[in-house]
Amino acid sequence: MKLMHLIPLVTLATAVYAAPESFDFKDPKGINNVAFKLDAPLESVNGSASGITGTVSFDPDSPGAATGKIVVASESLTLPNPMQKEHLHGPTWLDVTKYPEITFEAKSLANAKTDGNVTTADATGSFTLHGVTKEITVPVKFTYLKDKLSARVPNMKGDLLVIRANFTINRADFNIQKGKYEDKVSDEINLSLSIAGAAPQP
Amino acid sequence: MKKILQAFALLVALAAAILWLATGANRGWTKTSVPIKTLDAVTGLEGVTYQAKFLPGVDFLGAALGGAALLAGASFFFRKQKQ
Repeated sequence: MKLMHLIPLVTLATAVYAAPESFDFKDPKGINNVAFKLDAPLESVNGSASGITGTVSFDPDSPGAATGKIVVASESLTLPNPMQKEHLHGPTWLDVTKYPEITFEAKSLANAKTDGNVTTADATGSFTLHGVTKEITVPVKFTYLKDKLSARVPNMKGDLLVIRANFTINRADFNIQKGKYEDKVSDEINLSLSIAGAAPQP
Repeated sequence: MKKILQAFALLVALAAAILWLATGANRGWTKTSVPIKTLDAVTGLEGVTYQAKFLPGVDFLGAALGGAALLAGASFFFRKQKQ
């Protein structure tokens, strides 16, 4: 077989056996964030967290097989009111010294639908908050941006993966002031995840 | 002393009310930072950063008005100076 005939075969084999890309969610731009909201009588408690790390394995040819783990540093949770922030970080609420991380480890995706570079799915995995781990299912939206890393980080080639998710948890499920102060702050916590990860290529 | 306390109470109440109104009459809690949203053009994500800014809320106004009322109330413990 001539060398010229081998090239298409090698290309085909590479495409068929293309490994999923590993996206790193450590964000040098400081854009990645998780916004949280709890209803309260005077005004809702709105804050965000920016200390996000983690990796997601994503194959653009098989988006429904994505898995990964996202970690949020509890210490990075911020509120505009200093007293509320102190209470949130303190031992009676999140106890960030004892429980420094909030994690979500996606184990499987269901109902994956892909339209162009956008995939929506229901991700099931382990959510750990305040030392309590529960299996939850959250709707996620992946946007695969091929060769867009250089547009964000000059002199770096690679792809970007944007993940958005919006879901609600109950603080009582995670032993956070269970059954207490529900007249002052809701049991439900709305979480909105907006993150982008990079898969650099040599 | 009575008049000094009453004048001081009025000053505290007015200063707090003017500051509260001038900073946008925030009907929520007092904040020491405000979120600033930035859009990442490549990913379309909206990032949040916090800028240090004092934004008095109803707790600040209530505490200031309460303090002014205490001062005004305390002034009644002083007798009017005889001429």
